[in-house]
Amino acid sequence: MKHLLAIDELGLDGLNALLNLTDHMVEINQRPVPKVPALRGRTVASLFFEDSTRTRLSFETAAKRLSADTMTFNVSTSSVNKGESLRDTVATITDMGVDAFVVRHKSVGIPWQISEWTKASIINAGDGAHQHPTQALVDCYTIREATHAKSFSGMHMVIVGDIKHSRVARSNIQAFSMLGAAVTLVAPPTLLPPDVSHWPVSVSHNLDDVLPQTDVLYMLRLQSERMAQGHVPTLREYSEQYGLTQKRVMNLQAQAIVMHPGPMNRGVEMQIDPSDVKNSLIHRQVANGVAVRMAVLFDLLGSGSNLAGQA
Amino acid sequence: MAKSVVGASSHEAMTRADVKRAIVRIAHEIIERNHGVEGLAIVGLQRGGTWIAKEIAAQINDIEKSVTVPVGALDVSLHRDDIGIRPVSLGAISDIPFDLSGATVVLVDDVLFTGRTVRAAMEGLNNYGRPRAVQLAVLVDRGHRELPIRPDFVGKNLPTHIGDEVAATSDGVTVTPGSQASR
Amino acid sequence: MTKSIVIKGGTIVNRSSEQALDLKIENGLVEQIGKNLKGEVYLDASGCVVSSGFVDLHAHLREPGKEEAETIETGSRAGALGGYTALVAMPNTDPPQDSVAVIDFVREQGKRAALVEVVPSGCITLGRQGESLAPMAELAAAGVSLFTDDGSGVQDASLMRRALEYARGLGVTLAQHCEVAELTKGAVMNECQCCTNLGLPGWPAIAEELMVFRDIELVRITGATMHFLHLSTKRSVELVRAAKRDGLPITAEVTPHHLSLTEELLTSYDPVFKVNPPLRSMHDIAALKAGLIDGTIDAIATDHAPHPRRDKEMSLDMAPPGMLGLETALGVVLAEGACEVRDVVALMSWNPAKIARVDDRHGLDLVAGAVANICVFDPEIKWKVDPERMASKSINTPYIGRSLKGRVRHTIFNGATTVVDGQAQR
Repeated sequence: MKHLLAIDELGLDGLNALLNLTDHMVEINQRPVPKVPALRGRTVASLFFEDSTRTRLSFETAAKRLSADTMTFNVSTSSVNKGESLRDTVATITDMGVDAFVVRHKSVGIPWQISEWTKASIINAGDGAHQHPTQALVDCYTIREATHAKSFSGMHMVIVGDIKHSRVARSNIQAFSMLGAAVTLVAPPTLLPPDVSHWPVSVSHNLDDVLPQTDVLYMLRLQSERMAQGHVPTLREYSEQYGLTQKRVMNLQAQAIVMHPGPMNRGVEMQIDPSDVKNSLIHRQVANGVAVRMAVLFDLLGSGSNLAGQA
Repeated sequence: MAKSVVGASSHEAMTRADVKRAIVRIAHEIIERNHGVEGLAIVGLQRGGTWIAKEIAAQINDIEKSVTVPVGALDVSLHRDDIGIRPVSLGAISDIPFDLSGATVVLVDDVLFTGRTVRAAMEGLNNYGRPRAVQLAVLVDRGHRELPIRPDFVGKNLPTHIGDEVAATSDGVTVTPGSQASR
Repeated sequence: MTKSIVIKGGTIVNRSSEQALDLKIENGLVEQIGKNLKGEVYLDASGCVVSSGFVDLHAHLREPGKEEAETIETGSRAGALGGYTALVAMPNTDPPQDSVAVIDFVREQGKRAALVEVVPSGCITLGRQGESLAPMAELAAAGVSLFTDDGSGVQDASLMRRALEYARGLGVTLAQHCEVAELTKGAVMNECQCCTNLGLPGWPAIAEELMVFRDIELVRITGATMHFLHLSTKRSVELVRAAKRDGLPITAEVTPHHLSLTEELLTSYDPVFKVNPPLRSMHDIAALKAGLIDGTIDAIATDHAPHPRRDKEMSLDMAPPGMLGLETALGVVLAEGACEVRDVVALMSWNPAKIARVDDRHGLDLVAGAVANICVFDPEIKWKVDPERMASKSINTPYIGRSLKGRVRHTIFNGATTVVDGQAQR
């Protein structure tokens, strides 16, 4: 694997290989000294054009636990604001000797564009509303860890909320279906893309109807600007129809799992404290974030799968 | 590293009984060297060393009935010094569910060759604490060291050509001649 | 005195004839048509069509204001290489073409380059701001006959109604870029399944169609003449077809890229494929082609929109829309095989000359006495686009590496050669 740009580019084998590799990384993280020399001498640069302290720290921790050097490119103080083109910026940092870029950008497709401009490996840490492949890997790993199921066949994943603007949803729909799950999207039509008929999903506009048949309830964050944009009349109305309340938790099956990619909007999509949900995996999602990203970095830079390409 | 054995004439360097005897002897030597089993821990290297580690521990437990020696398994793939040079295939997951600080750790592997795996293992052990001492037990020492590493306990010293393939299982040890240039 | 030129061995395509004859040019005019003509300079036209020079209703020449992307001279040269003898210059310059001074400047720069006739269009609204009318009477007196706010549409229906009423009084044509802006906020590509996958805000077809419909109805009540720029959807074609059936004074154009490229290309994340209106579906392409054949669409216009490399090396959402067109239009249209060669001449020369009201000197039948604005092109030759060899100052062409069919061999503007054997002469 040269780059990690989108879940569907991995293929099922690639997806499973990364999840299996994550098992090793989880063990490393449990050691008293959670650090291995695997990526000594390699440099990983975080190129975050959009704030996300959580994701950036998760990647940088992962890189450090594998002994890679890390560089953080701070956009607010960079020459991008002085008129330097993105391509020039990437070329400059590449010249400093970077093996991988972790890229987060508000614009769709930037990681692909950058991959054309540098020889380094690119990891997509979120591009617009398009893809967030490491989050999907984290989520799949977390479900696997909780259920001990390597295939999601027979499982019913329900993704609730702002699908239209969600890269997490797009990556997870791909990952969940690749692993064999049935996926239902629950949202008001205004928060769904105009046409999802070609996606391997069912669509519902009524959360209460779906809850009793749900194995994994995946709640998405609703950003408050969606109200100003006219996607929902008020947050209160959204919350009443699509928020997770104590009553709705009661309607879940006993073993159903609740997930959220964070950061949570309490009082909007999460009307209750996640710790009040018996099978909430939200903390496991965060904990597994580092291990999954270690697996991705090691696969790209250390496994030797690119040796032919580098020669 | 898949290797064709067509036309190669393997020979048996140790029989099943030889292997069993060597393990029993190594168990005794470990107890003798350490004046008992106090603070002793056995760690087998994934994958070839883990079954030997378990066998040695079972022997020790059999001899010194008072205690149970803890046994762990260590995968050294991520500590190797050839990452990025050759493809890495990870072994089974490391499993050392005990603190190694202050322990006398006996690393166990099947075949000692260049010494690079053992070097990686010594580094890996440090993730689990600071052992009081680390000792090395191997079923076969086939020579050709590339690092200053010497075993404390050896089942059998086995002179080989550098390209030979040595396979060690509980059923015995076989040597398959290989090309000189393969390593 | 310029030397007399004889174009030998081609087929002269006129409205009512196709003749394998030579054509002699002298003193800026077609002097004679006949067999074995003699002259001082000979241009080989064997295997070629000899037609009136092409007229582009829709070229962004970027001067004044964005000379980094294109100048009137480089754009004119690109035009000449594409077989054009007249280009209508779009008004979204900086400053915009809403004053006589800017109109005169653009026209003068065109004359200085002397590679094509540069026909400035004027803004409908002051500064293209969509708030108040530009001084259309003054601009009309300065020779402007086509008014547009291209780059954006006039959003205010009441203002557009007044503009049409005013235009009717002046006898000028308004050209609309049909896009209801509220429906395309942040939009990058056609609203389709690809855009769902990419998570990009979609550019719905209805954003174009609503304005096409609105303006047809405004034409119906005002009686003004109206031209629709770069139509891109099936329903737009249907609306215009119905309006023409009603006898409304409406014309319409499509671009070569909307006839040849589809929305899926955006999945390459290459902003070279970002254009306004966006690339649509195969479905829409079929409807546009049908419109070409039945006469619903009057003209093929390039929407030549140069952008410097730096501006296009951005993300899809940040990059400006637009692609080059002048040098590839003929090759793309013929490669698409959407219509016969003589239809291409009608769509690229005869009809647009009339819409731009330059038909006293462009788009004429090539007969003795006609102004010698001529294009000689080989309709069969296959070629590949080499951005390094293009005359445009920018290289944002989506056709790199694509095989095109049909290429301009010679172009004659006002009796002088601007392109000979595919090479610009100046």
